[in-house]
Amino acid sequence: MRNLSLGIIWACLMCTASAALAQSESELDALRAELAQMRVEYESRIAQLEERLDEAERNSEEQQVSAAQPANQAAPPPDNWQPEPSSNQMASQGNNAFNPALGVIFQGRAWSNKNDPGDYWIPGFPLGGEAGLASDGLSLGEIEINISANVDDKFTAWLTAPIVIEDGEVGIEVEDAWVETLAMPAGLSLRMGRFASNIGYLNQKHSHNWDFSDQPLVYKTFLGGRYIDDGLQLRWLAPTDLYIELGAEVLRGDRYPAGGAGQSGFGSYSFHARTGGDIGFSNSWQAGLSYLQIDAIERASGDEDEPLLFTGQSDLVMAEFVWKWSPNGNNRQRNFIFQAEYMWRNEDGSYDVPDRGVLPYDTDQQGLYLQAVYQPFPRWRFGARYDLLSSDNPGLVYTGTPLMPAKDNPRRYTVMADWSNSEFSRLRLQYALDQAGHEDDKQWGLQYIFSIGAHGAHSF
Amino acid sequence: MKKIIIVSMLLLAPLASKADLNVFTCEPEWSALAEVIGGNNIKTSSATNALQDPHYIQARPSLISKVGRADLIVCSGAQLEIGWLPMLLRKGNNPDVLPGSPGFLEASMYVKRLDTAASSDRSQGDVHPQGNPHIQTNPHNILLVAKAMAERMAQLDSDNTKTYQQNLLNFSHDWSNAIVAWEKRAADLRGKRVIAHHKSWVYLENWLGLEEVATLEPVPGVPPTATHLADLLNRFGNGGAELIIRAPFQSAKASKWLSERTDIPAVLLPLTVGGTDQATDLYKWFDNILNRLLNVEGT
Repeated sequence: MRNLSLGIIWACLMCTASAALAQSESELDALRAELAQMRVEYESRIAQLEERLDEAERNSEEQQVSAAQPANQAAPPPDNWQPEPSSNQMASQGNNAFNPALGVIFQGRAWSNKNDPGDYWIPGFPLGGEAGLASDGLSLGEIEINISANVDDKFTAWLTAPIVIEDGEVGIEVEDAWVETLAMPAGLSLRMGRFASNIGYLNQKHSHNWDFSDQPLVYKTFLGGRYIDDGLQLRWLAPTDLYIELGAEVLRGDRYPAGGAGQSGFGSYSFHARTGGDIGFSNSWQAGLSYLQIDAIERASGDEDEPLLFTGQSDLVMAEFVWKWSPNGNNRQRNFIFQAEYMWRNEDGSYDVPDRGVLPYDTDQQGLYLQAVYQPFPRWRFGARYDLLSSDNPGLVYTGTPLMPAKDNPRRYTVMADWSNSEFSRLRLQYALDQAGHEDDKQWGLQYIFSIGAHGAHSF
Repeated sequence: MKKIIIVSMLLLAPLASKADLNVFTCEPEWSALAEVIGGNNIKTSSATNALQDPHYIQARPSLISKVGRADLIVCSGAQLEIGWLPMLLRKGNNPDVLPGSPGFLEASMYVKRLDTAASSDRSQGDVHPQGNPHIQTNPHNILLVAKAMAERMAQLDSDNTKTYQQNLLNFSHDWSNAIVAWEKRAADLRGKRVIAHHKSWVYLENWLGLEEVATLEPVPGVPPTATHLADLLNRFGNGGAELIIRAPFQSAKASKWLSERTDIPAVLLPLTVGGTDQATDLYKWFDNILNRLLNVEGT
């Protein structure tokens, strides 16, 4: 009996002891949590106090400076004022402290062409837009002015307005003037205004962002440099781990390689599909397909005073592939870029040829370029590019015009070396052996590209 | 039949309740921190790794699709990622993670930024007018960002608010203790003069009381030049600095060159988690920074 009661007492004692132990354990936990909470709060409180101290110091400096002019002093913040994270966190990811962001890119060159650059044409290919060669000697390229900002929480806007000097005359062009949605659901976005069509890899890249001083021949001949027009662009990003982007555009069809704003001002449309990914940390790639259809009305090409006027339908198919390599993806030190694009085009309609009248035209053309750029160490890059074109003959009625006979496999070989002191400056030396024009040409020279102000992020 | 239904419900249940937060970070330290705060409720991926210079990566296709699927983006900010993040955000077509929305967390906005008074004239190099963005090298800042992160995660995923708060408390407890220990260990480093490759370490220097006497880059963002290095050799050939430090993605050439001629030891420091073999998590990262600064054997 006694043993039993002792046992009970012992058991009870044990119970209370362990309960007490458990209680103190949980209290300890609570205390620890409280302490941790205090630490977190104390850290942020100190940061806030430091910020206020800075603010106060700045204010007192400003007040000293403006002591002579006592008017318009800002009311001091109330005592319980605290910097709100939400008020200053908006600031940063815009590309500049100013609104809107403003940037200017200067380009210029010293150039030499063996032949007269004003008399450049590729037999078989109509040349329009910005397909011409750089003029001889010293010249200022375009002065690219970029202005961009978010309109509000739902729209962002971009303006690129190069100042160009042609034949001594200064003019302002509008390359980009678009507004794009920020808040469309389901991975969609809509762009409206004037923009470079999303076809191909290089079409969207501004000239300061090219790896060579000029465009590949396929871009010069098929797109007049770059196809820029007024319209609407819808893009959709697939919600997949693999990058897949699909897009469609409707464009006015007024600028080369379109012309005449056919279909009552809905003259062109395009589709594109693009995908890409990484292979390890060091390699990444992108590939895409695009299609552009144009209803052209009296699109002018060739000689400015006596142009060839094309009316009809133009279908263009483009395939692009880009591969970028850098050790561990750290492209600042060393990197390599391989890039290739292929284009095929059919134009079906008629040409109004000076002194000959309207002639029927239905011709296939194609071309490609391959290029590689290597940066072996910081600042220096070296590149090589190969261009190739081919065209069917449009028919005997065209004999004696720039379109007939088409040259056999027009081609061009280009090498370049460039040096960048920082990401905002670049000097480039380039040499091209051009066997595409009606007679072989050697083009070479120096180019500079400098950027001041806000500089937008570059795409892949 | 019933059994099959129950079994299949059990199998499907985790799928149905699984609403992991997709956290996309610009730098690895924020991924590591997000994993601590988010625990099992989140999935993370980082745009850069510790061997990449976060100023200069490409706006790669794979990153665009990650931004498109992200619920929360965490970046150092203060214009560190200005060369590529705006492009990812524009192409990602994801309104939930745009700056200003709860899904976008700019870490540097939650700490006291240093060097904000710097002139924004680019003859001074690629300076960031909003201050030096490399905030992660002061562990006190990590704690401030952890707090902001826990708040955002709770805001975006309110079902798990308690978990995030608890994880934050646990972390702040352990981390604060670790800071105390680090500060004790680093007491002897106070006043040491360092030459840094790039201004990546101002927060570390500020924390430990190191004095940055020069940088290998003539101005931020411009790689070291021969003339500038020769100038440094003149200035520090007879002492004047105790350490030359650089991050793993910065070329070793310049610091080696100067170190060999001045006998000032050149040290590689992990700028983030994963920067060295030893810096495998947030704690070991700072352990390793101190080990290397104190020249502990075997690091």
